[in-house]
Amino acid sequence: MLTWVILIIAVVIIGWFMLTYNNFVNLRNRVKNSWAQIDVQLKRRYDLIPNLVETVKGYAKHEREVFEKITELRTRAMSSGTVKDIGESNNQLSTALKSLFAVAENYPELKANENFMKLQEELTNTENKIAFSRQFYNDIVMNYNAAQQRIPANIVAGMMNLKTEEYYPVDEAEKGPVKVQF
Amino acid sequence: MEKTIYELRDSNIRRTYLFLVIFSLILFGIGYFFVYEFNWGMNGILILGAIIILYNIITYVNSDKIALASVGARPADPGEYQILHNVVEEVAIAAGIPKPKVYIMNELQPNAFATGRNPNNASICVTTGLLSIMNRAELQGVVAHEMSHIRNYDIFLMTVIGIVAGLIIILRSVAFRGMWFGMGERRRDRDSGGGGGNIIAIIGLVLAIIAPLLVIIIRAAISRQREYLADATGAYIVRDPYGLASALKKIGDYKKPMRTATDATAHMFISNPFAGERLLATHPPIEERVKRLMSLTI
Repeated sequence: MLTWVILIIAVVIIGWFMLTYNNFVNLRNRVKNSWAQIDVQLKRRYDLIPNLVETVKGYAKHEREVFEKITELRTRAMSSGTVKDIGESNNQLSTALKSLFAVAENYPELKANENFMKLQEELTNTENKIAFSRQFYNDIVMNYNAAQQRIPANIVAGMMNLKTEEYYPVDEAEKGPVKVQF
Repeated sequence: MEKTIYELRDSNIRRTYLFLVIFSLILFGIGYFFVYEFNWGMNGILILGAIIILYNIITYVNSDKIALASVGARPADPGEYQILHNVVEEVAIAAGIPKPKVYIMNELQPNAFATGRNPNNASICVTTGLLSIMNRAELQGVVAHEMSHIRNYDIFLMTVIGIVAGLIIILRSVAFRGMWFGMGERRRDRDSGGGGGNIIAIIGLVLAIIAPLLVIIIRAAISRQREYLADATGAYIVRDPYGLASALKKIGDYKKPMRTATDATAHMFISNPFAGERLLATHPPIEERVKRLMSLTI
């Protein structure tokens, strides 16, 4: 009788352990996968920026400061290592790109340039995709981190040597209260 | 919040199947009447059953294609309509569903609709008029509204109801024509007792009564609440109620009716394609929708 009780308890514990372990593996893969979604868009953006700068330079030679800032931020973003750094430098890059497009407003010929319009659309596209995938990434990271901290699953997380993941930072400029206009 | 969305989705799927079953039973009833009247016996019933099953399969698999074809939509060329494709792709990421197929309708009235049986087999269709007057943010708002219909499985219910309504409207006009034709027959050879003409006349009358009732049923099924919900969900998906609000205002300012819309498809569009007020409106008034959107905190 006692052997049976011990056996059943052992089976339950092993079963629970396996389920928890697999759950962590799934979550970890989902975090990786959703990060890959963002990463693809970031790379695309890095590729588009030099083209954009070259095109704008042809029309607006005097805006050197803006070009330099964008080039510098791009280099910094590309060499960043952690999610937090990548996110922050990319958020700054977004702001700088916005000012570049604001500058372009003053050059009607540039605005009418087909290549420029195409690049602007492509960059808006990647920008939006980054913003929307960030939402998913952060949701999944929250699930992953919370799962690691719950009792008793934290024991398994400790045995697997799991680390909590960093959130992709939200742009400070976007955070402000939304103004309602009627 | 999340739970109610899932409940809503399940109830949409349930209602769609219920609708298909009820309509199949009605079809069977009408068909049985013929089988009985003309003494076609067991074979008649079997053929009738086969037709109804076939009809349901066609509705289930091809409902989106039928709906798209009935309004004359064509696939949007990715090069020509790059911005539209980009916007749909972005909003699909935001909504967490695969990118739907993108269609274009040659129509001056700014309008849009979504169709399909589930998020994996969905299509979004916009009119050329919509593309010509909306900026990117407004287009994104409209696409987000349609995307929430897709995610909630509203499209399944709306498309199936649209097809059934279309079929009834066709049957009605066929039966009406048959009725006049039948009356002529009867006058010519009174001796040979033209029972067929009478039956067709009765069916024509029954359908003539059913068709307007159906519009009421559609209105009940696709309640105004659903449009408000899709507005709110759409705004939430892209975190921006202003794009959609401004798009709705522009749509509301356009007063000419659409050429291709019928009673069968009207409920599928983002705004009433007939423009102007109607007694049994399928959509809530634009001003009210804009007001509600503007009061959202996102």
